[in-house]
Amino acid sequence: MKCEELLAMLNEYVDGTIDPVVCKDFEQHLAGCNPCQVVVDNIRKTITLYKEGQPYELPVAFRNRLHSVLRQRWKETHAAPPKPK
Amino acid sequence: MLRQEQDAEDVTQQTFLSALENLNGFRSEASFATWLFRIATHAALKVIRKRKGLKTVSLEEATEETDRVDSVPHPEFIADWRQSPEQLVQKREIQRLLDEALARLDEKHRLVFLLRDVEGFSVRETADALGLTEANTKVRLLRARLQLREELTRSLGDPDKRVMRSHYPEH
Repeated sequence: MKCEELLAMLNEYVDGTIDPVVCKDFEQHLAGCNPCQVVVDNIRKTITLYKEGQPYELPVAFRNRLHSVLRQRWKETHAAPPKPK
Repeated sequence: MLRQEQDAEDVTQQTFLSALENLNGFRSEASFATWLFRIATHAALKVIRKRKGLKTVSLEEATEETDRVDSVPHPEFIADWRQSPEQLVQKREIQRLLDEALARLDEKHRLVFLLRDVEGFSVRETADALGLTEANTKVRLLRARLQLREELTRSLGDPDKRVMRSHYPEH
């Protein structure tokens, strides 16, 4: 397998959906090709970094408005029943 | 996804209101976060389509050429990273680096990456949401991953351990 062919199969290998026969060729290439090993490792780390990134903090003013809107909508849709006389 | 604060706030509000109104529709075998993300994603894509004046599911003109895997650029800067993702994610400045690299992607590559790798949509779901073929989705995902890898490695890679392109052998 050449480096270009490995590049074409990179997604499938990283996602674990690669055909087992192709996987064997892929890993054989990796065993003897340091640049490709590093690229595969870099790609895995890139995906992990984005997946595990810190959640975005809502700006305070927006968060307060959002909570207010949600509370209002909740009251409108879950109004307490009138008390029996 | 939206790259504009006002649109992002509108979609966030819309998402929580929609979730509130459709709580009965939430199936407990799915993760609540996943369910919320799906509502948010579809709302955001609707905004993006509206910006482009598109009525169909596909986010691009019908004349757009199909991406080809043999046109994907080769990695240039190849080096081990100095720190692991677990260490990096603790640093505040990392978020800016990630945002800037993401912003430099073409929208068509960024959306595929966000849906597939960040929000966990399957290839099929990503293709359906964006009006693409699965083949096209995979090529765009590859481009996005490689471009982000390139940019992040230039900042996070150990230059002392760089593998030079001229030593990139063909087997």
